[in-house]
Formats: sequence, structure tokens, C-alpha cells
Amino acid sequence: MFILKLILKNAFRHKLRTSLTILGMTIAILAFGLLRTVVDAWYAGVAASSASRLVTRNAISLVFSLPISYKEKIQQVEGVKVVSAGSWFGGIYIDEKNFFANFAVEPKPYLELYPEIILSPEHFQAFVRDRKSAIAGRKLIDKYGWKIGDIITLKGTIFPGNWDFVLRGLYKGRDKGTDETMFLFHWDYLNETMKKTVPRRADQTGFFMIGIKYPELASEISVAIDKLFKNSLAETLTETEKAFQLGFISMTEAIVVAIQLVSFVIIIIIMAVVANTMSMTTRERIGEYALLKSMGFGGRHITCLIFGESLIITSIGCVFGIIATFPVADIFSTALSTYFPIFNIAPATIYMDIAASIVVGTVAALFPTYRSVRIRIADGLRRIG
Amino acid sequence: MENVKPLIVEIKNLSKSYRRGSQIIPVLEDINIEIPEGEFLALMGPSGSGKSTLLNLIAGIDKADSGLVKVGGIDIAALSEAELAGWRAGNVGFIFQFYNLIPVLTAFENVELPLLLTGLSKKERHEHVEMALRVVNLSDRMEHYPAQLSGGQQQRVAIARAIVTDPTILVADEPTGDLDRVSAKEILELMERLVRELGKTIIMVTHDARAAEKAHIIVHLEKGVLSFE
Repeated sequence: MFILKLILKNAFRHKLRTSLTILGMTIAILAFGLLRTVVDAWYAGVAASSASRLVTRNAISLVFSLPISYKEKIQQVEGVKVVSAGSWFGGIYIDEKNFFANFAVEPKPYLELYPEIILSPEHFQAFVRDRKSAIAGRKLIDKYGWKIGDIITLKGTIFPGNWDFVLRGLYKGRDKGTDETMFLFHWDYLNETMKKTVPRRADQTGFFMIGIKYPELASEISVAIDKLFKNSLAETLTETEKAFQLGFISMTEAIVVAIQLVSFVIIIIIMAVVANTMSMTTRERIGEYALLKSMGFGGRHITCLIFGESLIITSIGCVFGIIATFPVADIFSTALSTYFPIFNIAPATIYMDIAASIVVGTVAALFPTYRSVRIRIADGLRRIG
Repeated sequence: MENVKPLIVEIKNLSKSYRRGSQIIPVLEDINIEIPEGEFLALMGPSGSGKSTLLNLIAGIDKADSGLVKVGGIDIAALSEAELAGWRAGNVGFIFQFYNLIPVLTAFENVELPLLLTGLSKKERHEHVEMALRVVNLSDRMEHYPAQLSGGQQQRVAIARAIVTDPTILVADEPTGDLDRVSAKEILELMERLVRELGKTIIMVTHDARAAEKAHIIVHLEKGVLSFE
């Protein structure tokens, strides 16, 4: 108890220096937590993917389409439960900066494939009935202030022209990991329009989302599907939804690695700052440590005092940093919802914050402790006065 | 002169040198001294004569190159670092020129510090601290921090800290060196009282002849040679 009291009193002996170090630690933990959350957000699609869903796309590249006629063949593969055609639309709402994901899908099978998309029965019926209708996630509707019945116009980039959709439904995510910023409309509407305007692009789809009965047979089913279209004009590549999402992320892997690297560099920088504080502190108190040693206190006690002080400083900074991460992440989430539809602080991020503060506190105390424990009493006492 | 008191410090053929780069500087050479229990000894000498080194060797905070240093019947030169630390905790009380109090601890807590290494309960520790502070006449300053005390009062807290474990010897390195004349007189009288009333053995290093006058034995150390007054 006495030692703990001394550690606490020592930690705040030089109030300005300690406060600045705690502030530095707070900012470092905040930045570390946010960057880790950005990395998590990057992988949110992977985390949300289901083992019972497969994606079939053109084997050459996602840029190339597949004939819609493949759907029936895929449906006949043993183990396949449901299939929905889907195309990335890439439409722009008013301005390019208003980015959100918009897909042309087959409403019934698609929503059956994604039970995490919660739509009220009325909205579901309205969506299914009207071929020009669309549904959007809660966050997207909130962001643009849309109302049910509004006409939403998207400017096509892949599919030219201005496309009008009637907003018929609002969906919510079943859990925090569900993207609530998507805009979904009828693949049939897209296809019918293409038949009229660019017929050579009609009856084509970007991918097929496939629901399977037995997740453990995913690889066999994938092989069976791809075998069907072997040596055709449009060979397929079927993979699990998770592998498909990871494929996307691999395109931006360098950015993710850079973010991860920066997050660790921040920890190394704060480690140097705390180590500097602890070095200054112990240098000033070397006479006191010599005094304690002269009284019979051993290296264990000195170690306890220095490590305790270092860990208290980093722990306080860590607590403030974690507390600050939540409101700042909320601001981030709102401001960057276009790029990171799912921006949640994971429990693992908090554990990493705590681990980082322990590592920083421990490493920062190592050298000062070594020096203080090793100093000869007579030399230490000479430094006083 | 026949001395009936048992010896508390016994030093034989003690040598100590320091290394400065490649140079070896001898500080003490073939020192012999015996100090009886309950004496107040003043060790005088010019700067660099080795008196603080000798004090450190007696207190077990430095190691001799050769020779015997026996304190309370124990050859402390033969003890390991850990054994020495334990020995110091129970046998030596330190009084320094600059008091060496921990500024963030109150007078009470500073005095309590050496007792943390004993097996005493909190209640027993408190009784010991109160008694030590009573001996140095600072019962009314227990909750004061060092910065709230005068130099003389701080040195009295340091003396209370030195005696609280009831050590075999008290070693004082220039205990009045940082004090005004009045405070220095008070401290010396207190130290004299510790010897007279509590039977403590004090070994004091000083430059001040007036301070040395209070001691029972005055020893001069010059050029490595000890001489008695």
C-alpha cells in the first residue's frame, strides 16, 4: 500500500511533464484505436460474409459479365439452394462525391440469401411488385433525407443514362456488421432497359450469388459449377463469399498494410516519448533510489517503483484514449460513412489498446530501471545537493 | 587507557582505491581503527582525504579492496550485496548533509520508510514512528512535507528516520554542513543526547571543528593516515 502510494505520488511529482506524457499517450491510443478500426472496417465485408454463400463470376475478371442463362444450370447443381443474378451498377447520385454501393439484384432470391437485411413485409411486397423500385439501407436514407415514394435518380457510369428509381423500402441490418448504406434495385429493370438501349449488353450479369445447403461442401459445389462452363466463351470462377471479399481487399492490400504499419509506428513513437519521461524522472531521482538502497531496499523495490510509475502514466493515457475513441469514431463513422459503411470499435481493438499501453509502459521503464538498480549507492548519494 | 566498552567497529589493514580510466588512485591504505559501543566519534580531515569513503565502508555501502571491516561482530566485507542490504536495514542509520528526505512523503512517511523492510504491523510501525519523532521533538510536524520544514527540522526528521529501526550504529556525513549555526547546534545536541540517553554509537564525518568538539573521540584522516586527538 505504502509503495503504491509512493508510486502514485512520484507519478505526479512533475505535474506538467506527466500531464503532457499522458496527453501524448491518450492521443497515441486514440490514433492507434482509430487506425485499427479503419483496418477492421476494411475487412468488414469479409467479417460479414457467410459460409453458406458462394459467388460465381467471370474467370477472367470481375469486369467481364456472364450470360444470365447460366443461372438455370447453376440452380441444377446438387447442393445449390438459391441463385440471384447481380450486377454492380456504379451509379452516381447527383455528384460523384455522393458515393454508395448500388446493385441490380433479383429481389426475392437475393433477400432470401441475405437474411441479415431486414425489410418490413410491406416494404418487401412493394419492392417485389414494382420493377422500377429500389430499397436502401437506413443510414443511406438518413444521410440523404429520402422518404418512401421518392424518385431517386442515378447517373449510370457503366450503364449509360439517367436511371429513375422509386424508393419502396428501407432496410435495417440484423447486426452491427451489416452494411446499411446499400442501394438495391431490380436486375430485370436494368436488363429490360439494356435490351432497348444497348441490346448486345442485355441478358448479361456481373455475378451470381449462390446459396448452398451445406457450407462444408462449398468447395465441391464450386468445382461442380465451374466444371459446367469449362471451355465455354465465359468460363466461371466460383468461390466462397469470404474469398470473394478478400479478393477485393487484396487489390488494396498495400493501403491496409500501410495503415497497420502507421498504427504500430505511433506506438513506437509514444514508447520513445514515455521512455524519455522515465529517463528524465529516474535521473532526477537517482539519489533517492540510492538512499532507498542504503536503507536496505533492493533492486526489486526500485524496479517496482519505476515500472509502477511508468505503467500508471501509460494506463491513465490508455483509459483516456479509449474513452476518447468512441465519440471520435462516431464522428469518423458519420463523416466517412461513404467509404466505411461499417465503422465499429471491436473489442479486440480495446484489448490491443490495453496491450499497447502495457508494452509501452514496460519497455519505457526497462533502461531507467536497469540504470537505477545498477548504480552504486555512494555514486547515487553524491548526486544530491 | 583501558576501554571496558565492547567494540562495535573493528577495522584492520583496510585499503581502498578508485579507478579513474587507466589510473588507480589509492584513497585509504592500511587503515586500523577500533570504535567502542556507545561512542560519538568525529572523523575529520581535508577534502579528498577519504573520510566519506571510510564512513561508506563502515556503513556497508561500499566495498574495500582488502582488509577487515567488522561491525557489531560481523565481517561485512564477506557479505554479498543482498546480505549487505539486509544488514544495513537492521544495523545502520544514515544521516546526510542534505537530509535526503523524499519530498512527496510527509515527515511521518519519511520516518516510516525504513520500517517497511521490517516485519512490523502497521500499528507497530506507527508507534515506532511517533516515538522517533517524539525523540527529535517533531511530534507536531508529522504531517508536514519536507518543503514545509526548516533545514534544522528536516535534519531532525532525517535523524528520526535513522534511529527508527534502532540500528547498531548511526553514520552521519557532514550532518550540519547545510545548516545555520543555531540549527547546527541543535542537531549536534540532539546527536549527543542520542549517545548519552539511548546509548547509540555515532560516527560523524565533519569539516567543522565546532561540530567535532561535541564528539567523544576525534580522529583525523590525512594522506591515508589516521591520528587520534
